[in-house]
Amino acid sequence: MSAEQPGSPAPPGPPETPGPAAGGPPARRTATLNHTIVSAIVEGSPAVVTFLAILAAVVLGGLLIAFSDPTVLHAWSTFFSDPVNALTLAWDAASGAYVAMFEGAIVNPHTVAAAFHGGSVGAIFYPLSQTASNATPLILTGLSVAIAFRAGLFNIGAAGQWVGGAIVATYLGFAINLPPVVHLIVCLLGGFAGGAVIGWLVGELKARTGAHEVIVTIMLNYIMYNLLSFLLSTPTALQQPGQSNLISPNLAADARLPHAGGPPPQVDLGFLVGIAAAVGLWWLLSRSTVGFQFRAVGANPSAARSAGMDVERSWVRVMLLAGGLAGLGGAAVILGPLQQLTFNSYGTYGFDGITVALLGRASPLGVVLAALLFGALHAGGTNMEAATQVPSDIVEVLQGLIVLFVAAPPLIRAIFRLRRARAAGLEAVPKGWNP
Amino acid sequence: MTALAAATGTPISINRRMVAAGTFILFGLIDIFVFGLFAHPGDATFTLSVSSSAVHVPSIHVPAATVAYTLGAASIVIGLFAAFVDLSKGVRRLNITLVLLFFVVSLLCWAYAGSAIPLNVVNLLQSTMNLSIPLVLGALAGCMCERSGVINIAIEGQLLLGAFAAAVVASAFGILWLGLITGSLAGGVLGALLAVFSIQFLADQIILGVVLNVLAAGLTGYLNDRILVSHPDLNSGLTFSAVKIPGLGDIPIIGPIFFDSTVFLYIMYLMIILVQVGLFSTRWGLRVRAVGEHPTAADTVGIRVLATRYRNVILGGLIAGIGGAYLTVGSVGTFTKDMSSGLGYIALAAMIFGRWTPLGATAAALLFGFANSLQATLSTINVPIPSYILLTAPYVATIIAVAGLVGRVRAPAADGKPYVKV
Repeated sequence: MSAEQPGSPAPPGPPETPGPAAGGPPARRTATLNHTIVSAIVEGSPAVVTFLAILAAVVLGGLLIAFSDPTVLHAWSTFFSDPVNALTLAWDAASGAYVAMFEGAIVNPHTVAAAFHGGSVGAIFYPLSQTASNATPLILTGLSVAIAFRAGLFNIGAAGQWVGGAIVATYLGFAINLPPVVHLIVCLLGGFAGGAVIGWLVGELKARTGAHEVIVTIMLNYIMYNLLSFLLSTPTALQQPGQSNLISPNLAADARLPHAGGPPPQVDLGFLVGIAAAVGLWWLLSRSTVGFQFRAVGANPSAARSAGMDVERSWVRVMLLAGGLAGLGGAAVILGPLQQLTFNSYGTYGFDGITVALLGRASPLGVVLAALLFGALHAGGTNMEAATQVPSDIVEVLQGLIVLFVAAPPLIRAIFRLRRARAAGLEAVPKGWNP
Repeated sequence: MTALAAATGTPISINRRMVAAGTFILFGLIDIFVFGLFAHPGDATFTLSVSSSAVHVPSIHVPAATVAYTLGAASIVIGLFAAFVDLSKGVRRLNITLVLLFFVVSLLCWAYAGSAIPLNVVNLLQSTMNLSIPLVLGALAGCMCERSGVINIAIEGQLLLGAFAAAVVASAFGILWLGLITGSLAGGVLGALLAVFSIQFLADQIILGVVLNVLAAGLTGYLNDRILVSHPDLNSGLTFSAVKIPGLGDIPIIGPIFFDSTVFLYIMYLMIILVQVGLFSTRWGLRVRAVGEHPTAADTVGIRVLATRYRNVILGGLIAGIGGAYLTVGSVGTFTKDMSSGLGYIALAAMIFGRWTPLGATAAALLFGFANSLQATLSTINVPIPSYILLTAPYVATIIAVAGLVGRVRAPAADGKPYVKV
């Protein structure tokens, strides 16, 4: 994206600073620091653009919540007779929904108050654990999409790879007997392998025939959905004996991810797996030769080839890894909260992974933060629907709006009147169908 | 490297020829050893008339196994022929069509051999046409956008938003045509959003398409739960009724398939003609394609690149919106959450399969429609092939197609690249 942005690349450092920072009096140095912060805000650094994008999405989402509320609409139909009432009702509808969302995702003041009167202290952390639990698969599918982005590939197939991982993890989870800890590790590795095979196929096809990964991954998603339904309808494969529904047997007890306290679904070990994957990916991308090759291929395949790198092999490797991460996401969900595979377990994890990777600007840390944000939205959305009857689909709208604004920094700059066009997009994203 | 091969214009590589020949022979072997050997004894019966038609066409009884053996042998002959003789493009395409046709006929013979229920071919093809309508319109929308250089992944969202708007407006006002028009406009609005963000704000078009799909799914799902569930009168399920074209609709076999359906089928015919002729036989189309292939050159000769792109992306959205309206007011009537269920992505695949040409995209969309219709038909009789496996056929075919078995597919050169005047 950045390569196509108009305007000159940003000069290194604040150009308007009159004096050199070094050697100046302390007051002057503080002023320079302030100036840097102010200019970052005014010019719209990536972080600022992201924040403003979230702000804009929340405002638009609030308007949508308010103006789809029957009582608000009724009040607005008589706006001129009682404008204050109409505005108050609209504000109450939107803020009520957002407060319920906050209470479901971060902390509910009632549980804090109850803790002082002898209630459970653990209950205070219940919303946060829900957020982390919801974020777990998003971290993994987000990392899957992100690493492909870094190598210049667009992985729309995290959904299908998720299914591949979930199938293998489920099968290993109920069909084999292993000692407790080993069983869990085998299931997780199996999930990684199940997704990696699907990803590898995409990379191999692209490397050998030039087949565009977007099309291949979209098609593989549908193939995997149907394969899942087929396996779940076949008693010799994944279907639970004596069931006519598309549902797998329950997992063996030692194949389940241990979770922290309380009744499920609480946050489980899968969250730590996600964090570990993010750390591993950060190391791979910024500290290893392979990661450097990925980034070089993503930034400019021709240059990478001229420098002697095997571009095709990088594609295959990166898709294998991306598929494996999404498959691990599938394993984490099945072995964690679900404990059983059904024909629609895949939900929207794969496509949410794309929005997470975009919001996180394809960096491991960014992905974790974005996944936590969307995990919080999901956890809060469930609570909001229960408390205020506002459908939790609003979360999907918010996600879409946030990424829409993040993908178009010039728009955010125009809305908030930021000063200068400065590339704030992704480091490398694939362009068009033709290689 | 493949790009180089395409540029130097080698007729067809020996490897690819062998892969094609091998595939043909494999299909022939499946015809013989799966469908022929495992067919139940007895004839397969194919009915060729619908109950309502005036003229009665006699049913066809064929010995199932024999037909499968014969067609399998024919496919193998075609495969050998393709392996040793360098064929022209037209003959190669004919071969692919024949082998596929033989495969389908053998499959049907096998499935219906000795079956008490005959296969109604006319009903099968009728539902093929109907199931293809959103796919064809979506694929045409894709052609309109991508020929001008804007990638449209948002077809899915345009279908969904069109379906929602059409159902709500048709129910609210009780006027079906108003629903159709609003559905089309809703697709156009999403098209306009795609245009503004990709042309004005230079957002990445593939990302944008995915995001717009998420947004459309979220918005329609939210409004469905929030408003339609508590107001069933806004989702009352009105549908267009079928209109038989006088004269043409009475022709046996062909009439019921092509000329006895809702207005959407006729709109689809019109759109296919308009987009094909418009893009390839008019000055307007030449300019659109110039913008999609080489915007700088087009700009140099005075074509307004950005205006052309805006217009085409919005027009494409309007076409996809009609396809969306079909999903509600054209077929089932009521809107349900996520009812487009991936049709937009299939339409996208059909467009690529059809090499960015309206006629090719239409053919591919019909193929996908046929596979869906066949799956629905076969699921009513007891066939040992799991329908889920059959359902994957179009997707596998698309992967094979983009992997280059049926020739390299190439997008318009400037597809997906924003144009910034230097």
